[in-house]
Amino acid sequence: MEIKKGIAVSPGISIAKSLIIDSEDYRIPRRQIEPSQRLTEIQRVRNAFKDAGGELARLEAASDHAEGSKIKDIFAVHLRYLRDRSLRKKVTDLVHTEFVTAEYAVSTVLRDIAAHFKKQDDAYISERAADIYDIERRLLKQLLGRKREDVGHLTEEVVVVARELSPTQTAGFDRKFVKGIASDAGGRTSHAAIVARSLGIPAVVALEDLTEYVLGGDTVIVDGNRGIVIVNPDDQTIRQYEEYSREFIELEHRLDAIRREPAVTRDGTEVTLLGNIEFPDEAEIVLQKGGDGIGLYRTEFLYLNTDREPTEQDHYEAYAKTVRVLAGKPIIIRTMDLGADKYTQSKRFAPEPNPFLGLRSIRFCLQNLTMFKKQLRAILRVSVLGDVKIMFPLITNRQELMQAKMILYDVMEDLHEESIPCNRDIDMGIMIETPSAALTAFSLARDVDFFSIGTNDLTQYTLAVDRGNELVSTLYSPADPAVLRLIRTVIQDAHKAQIKLGVCGEMASEPEHVMLLLGLGVRTLSLTSPMIPEIKQMIRSVTIRDCNEVARKVLSMDSERHISSYLRNAARKVLPEAF
Amino acid sequence: MEMQAEDDTLEKEVHETELEIKNAEGLHMRPAMQFVDIANRFDSEITVSNGETNVDAKSIMQISMLAATCGTKLKVKAEGADAREAVDALRELVEEKHFDEPMPGR
Repeated sequence: MEIKKGIAVSPGISIAKSLIIDSEDYRIPRRQIEPSQRLTEIQRVRNAFKDAGGELARLEAASDHAEGSKIKDIFAVHLRYLRDRSLRKKVTDLVHTEFVTAEYAVSTVLRDIAAHFKKQDDAYISERAADIYDIERRLLKQLLGRKREDVGHLTEEVVVVARELSPTQTAGFDRKFVKGIASDAGGRTSHAAIVARSLGIPAVVALEDLTEYVLGGDTVIVDGNRGIVIVNPDDQTIRQYEEYSREFIELEHRLDAIRREPAVTRDGTEVTLLGNIEFPDEAEIVLQKGGDGIGLYRTEFLYLNTDREPTEQDHYEAYAKTVRVLAGKPIIIRTMDLGADKYTQSKRFAPEPNPFLGLRSIRFCLQNLTMFKKQLRAILRVSVLGDVKIMFPLITNRQELMQAKMILYDVMEDLHEESIPCNRDIDMGIMIETPSAALTAFSLARDVDFFSIGTNDLTQYTLAVDRGNELVSTLYSPADPAVLRLIRTVIQDAHKAQIKLGVCGEMASEPEHVMLLLGLGVRTLSLTSPMIPEIKQMIRSVTIRDCNEVARKVLSMDSERHISSYLRNAARKVLPEAF
Repeated sequence: MEMQAEDDTLEKEVHETELEIKNAEGLHMRPAMQFVDIANRFDSEITVSNGETNVDAKSIMQISMLAATCGTKLKVKAEGADAREAVDALRELVEEKHFDEPMPGR
């Protein structure tokens, strides 16, 4: 039994057999085995060669002569590699002498061969490295679980284990069978984590070296509430977790009952609960969970999901679909927030040394106007289909805001000239997620209809902490006095300017922070849809008077630790079953 | 990767020859496959050497790793009852048929 600690990114408990997914350039980690396991591993190598050979033989037979004998030739050559005893012996010898797993031995031997080919000057020969990689993949597929590449066609429940997951991979998971997700890399705000949350799949990320401890088919427990993954748990642990999982599901069912009830405190203050979404399909889930609309529609997925830049029509169709689902309920569409990620980094000649402080989000848009205008046109075009608002992310100063607004008005003019209808009075707001925006909120408030506090980035930028970096992630907390002071400032400035204000960062989905936020004067929370019922329950269990008291106390405290433990205790008193 | 004859039987024939790769693309995928397939038809132990490395003619991995290009000379050595036939068959493939592949353009 191996217990690994990571970051919990999507709540829930799952116990299932592991299915390992890896990306192509990923190296199988070296994992030692006991001398007594060698025979088993060697047998696994033999079976893998045999089964991969069988698979190839079927492919070869199925490939038509007519459609180019080249493909048939390739299969035939690969088949000979798989039937090459001296190749197989090299692999089993490595298992035997180095006490390593079958996967590691296969990967090491084949990559050595590929490297040998690669360094040849002759192109015909060096290109053969690709064939060797292909053979490696085919063998690993046998070893890592038969359905490894077939996540879309699962037939039994699994926990997906990977070094890193792309949002596209995660979005393709079949919720019926993928019961949990655990990955070495990733952070709470990584796209894969966001997707897991919106699909309601328990997930733990940032487990560092989990993949070195799991083999395909091992039993794995994913505890998405506490951020723990247990590999090959003993019977007692499994029983405990089954019990825990039952309790958790019961709580969920109880929460279901309040979905249609309003989010109102015991002393009658109404709170608006909105959903954060990524894909059009999720809008439905927000409504099912009792959300009053959408407070954050992330649009990055349009860019990450395809190889080409999305067209105006791509944008329009996705937004229109979402807006129609909402049937008149409000929706805030946030403009593209890319930057510190693959999409923009890959389009750069030299990757930025400091992407989080670099050309990201609104800055990227303001330098790529053609792309930005495409998105703005689509948002404006859907503005006539429902209660659509537009929001700019990562504003750091007034000039950026004015520039963004000017471009928005330009696009409105263009549409007007083309006689394309749009709502010229569309509500326009900004994310407050940098210390500079928070400190100048009084001035920014004059030019917008609403603020939405993005607590994730605000915390990261205020405390100078990358929470994906496990060496410093314990320093990351939205309950830090510095962050709370900024949040209070923003709320006060919004009230003074009489503009709307919401919180859409993760803080809004954490039950222990509800009382504090209400006490600070927040009346709109936008959060991941699976958490809506629980947060609503919390709101329905408190009085504003108590919340004000909590906020007053917290603002007098000077240590994050005190604040966090005070908030947890206060919340536990109100809603013990949530903790 | 030295090959060793496993049983030193009494009447063991040994035949050797030198072959030059003459097709333009050298011993790439398909030619390597043809070479190995022919070698595997015989019971003899067959080794191939490029002067530096000595490999088993029946292993596609080992043959490919010789990275023989057009113009490379290979020493083929067969030991066993059908050693002569094996060497002849391989010579035919390499030097007469050129793996049924194009020769370098002049």
